[in-house]
Amino acid sequence: MSRTRFRLVVDPIACDGAGVCAELLPELISLDPWGFPIIATGDVPPGLIDHARRAVTSCPRLALTLVPVGS
Amino acid sequence: MSTTHHAGPVGPTRLLAGLSGGGRASLASHIDQWGRIPDATPGAILDALDASGLRGHGGAWFPVGTKWRSIRKAGLRTPVVVANGAEGEPASGKDRLLVMQAPHLVLDGLALAARVTGAGQAYVFVPAEVVPSVRDALAERTARRLDPCPIEVVVAPDRFVAGQETAVVSTIAGRSPGLPTFQGITSIRVKGVGGRPTLVQNVETLAQAALVARFGPTWYRSVGTESAPGTVLTTVSGRWDGPRIVEVPLGTTLARALGIDPAASGLQAVLLGGYGGGWVRPEIALTMPFTEEEARARGTSIGAGVIALVPTGICPLAEVARVARYMEGQGAGQCGPCVNGLDTLANALEHLAWRPQGLRGGAAAIPGLCDLVEGRGACRHPDGVARFVKTGLEVFADHAALHASRGPCAPHAPFLPVPNEAVRGAVR
Ligand SMILES: Cc1cc2nc3c(=O)[nH]c(=O)nc-3n(C[C@H](O)[C@H](O)[C@H](O)COP(=O)(O)O)c2cc1C
Ligand code: SF4
Ligand code: SF4
Repeated sequence: MSRTRFRLVVDPIACDGAGVCAELLPELISLDPWGFPIIATGDVPPGLIDHARRAVTSCPRLALTLVPVGS
Repeated sequence: MSTTHHAGPVGPTRLLAGLSGGGRASLASHIDQWGRIPDATPGAILDALDASGLRGHGGAWFPVGTKWRSIRKAGLRTPVVVANGAEGEPASGKDRLLVMQAPHLVLDGLALAARVTGAGQAYVFVPAEVVPSVRDALAERTARRLDPCPIEVVVAPDRFVAGQETAVVSTIAGRSPGLPTFQGITSIRVKGVGGRPTLVQNVETLAQAALVARFGPTWYRSVGTESAPGTVLTTVSGRWDGPRIVEVPLGTTLARALGIDPAASGLQAVLLGGYGGGWVRPEIALTMPFTEEEARARGTSIGAGVIALVPTGICPLAEVARVARYMEGQGAGQCGPCVNGLDTLANALEHLAWRPQGLRGGAAAIPGLCDLVEGRGACRHPDGVARFVKTGLEVFADHAALHASRGPCAPHAPFLPVPNEAVRGAVR
């Protein structure tokens, strides 16, 4: 079974920089000096997909998305 | 290719050869000068564009044929085409000149794009001062039913990012004027104005396409080099009294095109590609083949053709700081990393220029700030500023060391144009 690969993308216009996502997914999201998320480059490791989904659904601004790679 | 092309003008001056030097060329004088576009199928026009090697002259240098094909294939909805003449870059004047004096060449290119992509609506997106020239030209064309679809003029807001393609789309659609939007993974080529596949093409690119359609790819490639064919309009400042628009054959050297002796140029640096471009040492900038690839290999881009020749005797760090502050103010104020990052960056540069002792970490801290904004906005505005600043700090490293050891330079008249500039040299 070939698994779809995903990447995390933040909409910087929608994002308010409150940093909820970085708390839920510190493995892939750090914060810049102003509190805005810096997303690790590359695909989301399969083991972190569920955590990434949780971060996506917890974002109060709907600014975070999991995008299938190659689309 | 079965299309028969006319014989085109000989020599390296093409777009500018057509300009009367004064006012707008009427439709009659335009047709007199250039003739009509020969009848050809959309497929033949696309083949000619591909074969010509024409790329976009609005900044990104994307192959034109490929872009038009992608719109044709984008979906079931009727596409929209846009001539982008916003030219928000203060150091650029080539698009205004072209639209002002040769609007019919631009409109020919737009009509061609509409026909090839099957568009149902076209727009001309230009600053207020050139709107009358376009309106008059459109009136002449409507009377003769020259165009395949309605063409509407939309005024481009006076702001650096207004010509960024998502800002163009949102302004035309009547949403946030002059502000970019976040496209995520969908391109405006698939979903742009009114959700329709949208082609945004620079006005000079369209004018060049109108020449390719007339005279053919072999003619287009008779100037320039194999890998970088044709010419590009540039706005040159620092060589003559005021800025001048020069048509440069690609692949030549600027030393040759501008008549400058690289061994005695009296220059301190050359800014290529404008305020989102990058700084190059004069001996390199003047002698490298003038092509997008060569510019990229040196950390910059030809971009929209801005060439600023900065003489010795002025403080380059003051220029970098002035432009960085201007670019910070020109951002759309929408994205956290852009809003905060560019302000922090401009602050650091103002310190380096005018109060170097007050800069924590010294000049060495600045490239890291550039990394912090790069790729983190909804549009590439911060990326351009980052490139401008990073290359500046490389080329002016010795000067930065002088500021650190000896203090700032004496104030002098500004060099690079910055509209509505606040008090210069103010350190926040
Ligand atoms: C901040 C920013 C400003 C831009 N301003 C302009 C502009 O004034 N005119 C323009 O043609 N392209 C501008 N562009 C590039 C457009 O997004 C787009 O790539 C271009 O219009 C496409 O035309 P071309 O392929 O013929 O170059 C800008 C891009 C950015 C990131
Ligand atoms: S949770 Fe959403 S709004 Fe908050 S910082 Fe993360 S992406 Fe931005
Ligand atoms: S990156 Fe800057 S200029 Fe671009 S949309 Fe965001 S705030 Fe505006």
